[in-house]
Amino acid sequence: MKDSLRVKRQGYIFGFVGSLILTMLAYLLVSSQSMSMGQLFNPAGLIVGLAIIAVVQLFVQLFFFLHLGQESRPRWNLLGFGFAAIVVIIVVVGSLWIMNNLNYNMMTPQAMDQYMRAQSQKGF
Amino acid sequence: MNALNEKNKLGFWLYLMTDCVLFASLFATYAVLRNNTFGGPSGAELFSLPFVLVETVILLTSSFVSGLLLLAAQAGNKKMALWWLASVIILGLSFLGMELYEFSNLIHEGNSWQRSGFLSAFFTLVGTHGLHILFGLVWAVLLFYLLAKKGLTNGVIKRLSLFGLFWHFLDIIWIFIFTFVYMIGAI
Amino acid sequence: MLGRLSWAAFPHEMIVLGGAVSMVGAVALIIAALSYFKLWTWLWREWLTSLDPKRIGVMYGVVGGVMLVRGVIDTALLRTQQALAAGDNPGILTSDHFQQIFTAHGTMMIFFVAMGLMFAIINLILPLQLGARDVAFPFLNSVSFWLFAAGAILVNVSLVIGEFAATGWLAYPPLSGIASSPGVGVDYWLWSLQIAGVGSLLSGINFLVTILRMRAPGMTLKKMPIFAWSVLGSMTLVAFAFPILTATLAMLSLDRLLGMHFFTSEAGGNPMMYINLIWAWGHPEVYILILPAFGIFSEIVATFSRKRLFGYMSMVYAIGAITFLSFIVWLHHFFTMGAGANVNAFFGIMTAVIAVPTGVKVFNWLFTMYRGRIRFATPMLWFMGFVVTFTIGGMTGVLMSVPAIDFQVHNSLFLVAHFHNMIIGGVLFGYFAGFSYWFPKVFGFTLNERLGKYAFWCWIIGFLLAFMPLYILGFMGATRRLDHYDASLGWQGLFIVAGVGVLVILMGIGFQALQIIVSIVQRNKHRDTTGDPWNGRTLEWSTSSPAPAYNFAITPKVESRDPFWEAKQARGKTLPLQHATKEYVDIYLPKNTPLGIYIAVSSFVVGFSVIWHIWWLAVIGFIGVIAFIIIRSFDEDTEIKISAAELKKADAARLALHEAAR
Repeated sequence: MKDSLRVKRQGYIFGFVGSLILTMLAYLLVSSQSMSMGQLFNPAGLIVGLAIIAVVQLFVQLFFFLHLGQESRPRWNLLGFGFAAIVVIIVVVGSLWIMNNLNYNMMTPQAMDQYMRAQSQKGF
Repeated sequence: MNALNEKNKLGFWLYLMTDCVLFASLFATYAVLRNNTFGGPSGAELFSLPFVLVETVILLTSSFVSGLLLLAAQAGNKKMALWWLASVIILGLSFLGMELYEFSNLIHEGNSWQRSGFLSAFFTLVGTHGLHILFGLVWAVLLFYLLAKKGLTNGVIKRLSLFGLFWHFLDIIWIFIFTFVYMIGAI
Repeated sequence: MLGRLSWAAFPHEMIVLGGAVSMVGAVALIIAALSYFKLWTWLWREWLTSLDPKRIGVMYGVVGGVMLVRGVIDTALLRTQQALAAGDNPGILTSDHFQQIFTAHGTMMIFFVAMGLMFAIINLILPLQLGARDVAFPFLNSVSFWLFAAGAILVNVSLVIGEFAATGWLAYPPLSGIASSPGVGVDYWLWSLQIAGVGSLLSGINFLVTILRMRAPGMTLKKMPIFAWSVLGSMTLVAFAFPILTATLAMLSLDRLLGMHFFTSEAGGNPMMYINLIWAWGHPEVYILILPAFGIFSEIVATFSRKRLFGYMSMVYAIGAITFLSFIVWLHHFFTMGAGANVNAFFGIMTAVIAVPTGVKVFNWLFTMYRGRIRFATPMLWFMGFVVTFTIGGMTGVLMSVPAIDFQVHNSLFLVAHFHNMIIGGVLFGYFAGFSYWFPKVFGFTLNERLGKYAFWCWIIGFLLAFMPLYILGFMGATRRLDHYDASLGWQGLFIVAGVGVLVILMGIGFQALQIIVSIVQRNKHRDTTGDPWNGRTLEWSTSSPAPAYNFAITPKVESRDPFWEAKQARGKTLPLQHATKEYVDIYLPKNTPLGIYIAVSSFVVGFSVIWHIWWLAVIGFIGVIAFIIIRSFDEDTEIKISAAELKKADAARLALHEAAR
């Protein structure tokens, strides 16, 4: 009992330190970009990098804080998480795909912006 | 008793998963509306990264402390558990205070949720997370009262472990707000 | 003090006034009757505060049934208007009122009739089929029901105080935005759905855990009845789709209340995002409703063909496939919104693909019937009617999955006919079948077969009369939500036929009401003493009818897919089933509690006062919700014990009755 608690505490500490490092990494990447050093990274590449860091941190916390996947079988928690992850991806990626496709077939965001501002001055 | 615990844990976990999808809808909306600033300021102009970093570290620490709280409870150390729970509440309050400070600053500068679609989505996404934190704090205060009064009974430990799940979950949501709203928004 | 609420909110127009007066009258009559017969305490103690899923199920059924009647009366008004309003004749309704009615019709039929009847049957049957004593979270179940009821009442209040939305059942912005709909109608719509939706979400979680954790010993997932599988699929969809609805409704509310710009057509809002999100919920919702109907039919076909269900595993895979695929087809509801070829093609193909597992199911049912000794009882008739109408609806659906064709018939009556084909011919027929099939299990006597068959024939003939003309009208160019058209179009004849169809359906409902009354009067003649009136196959038939509060005196042990059928085959019609433990043990059941009602009443207060901008009351209501949840969480004394001795005595009485019946 005592031993398993010690192991668990180590897990929490590992998760905490890992999350801190990943958070700092993301922060430093972005702040070095926005300081006057100019564009250190390609913005699109940086976004992908940040997303990967976030997902890694997600799994660090899922494993060390929420102990996902360490339950006894059948692992309904894990399955529930898997399905939720799929739905989240479908909703976010699907919405972006659909809405960007609509935008692609319309005017540019800037043109839309101008148009809408002109409209709202004119009144509907 | 164990079977009951399993049932409660699974039910609560599934609730958290549904909450994930709720946040996913808000994230999707934010992602779609992020450039619709309508001539107003964009994220890069509004966000203060060091401020957000402090917020993030506070919340992360509170998530870690809620883990320690659970360990203390399982070890049967009531005094320690009370101490950690108080720390979670204080850290949570500081986080919420910082968030409200950020919001009130934005509103004072005329950048309220009425300014643009982007700001509506921003306030709603971050505010929904804040609302969850607020509910978590109300819950934590009640648990503090229960723990102080009844000690570490089975029922209290069960509730503490569910609260721990909730609090870790909110930290995970915040990772994504931190990354996709603040960090990527600042690029 | 009272926000926007004033005398002007009460109805002045003739037809609206009539509706309001008749509703208030009906409510007053019920209250008077309950007081006269001194039934209030009984109602409160035995029903309203009950946590027994069987009682909650009956209450869901009552609300769903009442709302069905209201929804069909709305239809009658709509169809009368359309049958009359050609050329110079303005019909009986004003445009605004017509719009409110079709909005109310859609909202009520989907959210309060279909969802209500679905949760009724799940509550009544699922725990019994799983061999469980209860659902996983009995109190949550009560909260869910009362939130659902609060939403239903809120919709009906709009008839008397204020108005309902005139925006169509999904309230697309910018029409539903504050600029175009400044009244309280859209707010009524938003808050009734929000409250009922949270209830459904909680139910979804509750039943998921029930299925995953509460099955009888030995019942592995692969031995679970198909109805339970279908509920598993449906509740998964509830749990993962309803949060999208909650978020979307919340955003529209924020637009309207706080002047946000999510879906406005100014300041960077994007109304098309609303349509995207609402259908990301809306399409799974369709499958949430139809999957349990599939499950019901699977049980019925096997029982009335006296054969094992054909292709059990393929049914399971089909349910799984539908559950997943229903999340990636939502764009077919708005092919015409302007997405490019890639997007439309992807969602078109996925839509066509989802028809495959559905087709698998239809063939499985037909093969189950093949060479079976079929009894044409009422549930089986509903099934056969379903196969015909559902297949027609499915084919028109696959037609519309082709974007190019969808562009032609989008927003036309063709579409209206299609989805009524699925929702009446699929969903509603399924629930009616389940109703007549499981009625004896709930009330202890079978329904009058003759009147049930009359009702069925009225429904199916009425349905065909009401909706086949709409396919034709759709091709002729008639759009949906049309309250007036030019006489020269030559549509009036078909509209009149459709109107006659609605009258025939009304007769069907009349027969159903009559069936219930007659069956209650003749209940002693049709009493089900064996607990197994149809020679059933699954666990629910192994206990008495009506099932006792604890469902099973001894938890059954399951070894095969049709455990009760197998047991009967092995040992004749002697004892119902072998038991997990031979001994009776003490069991604990949840105590009744009114806190579920209090939480729902507080939510209702929040909804109503936000609709009318009565902010102080909203705050009180909100504090009430939180306070009642806290009170419940502090309550430790929530269970009542039934001792082994009591159980043994009750069970002995049941078995004696069973013996006597043989």
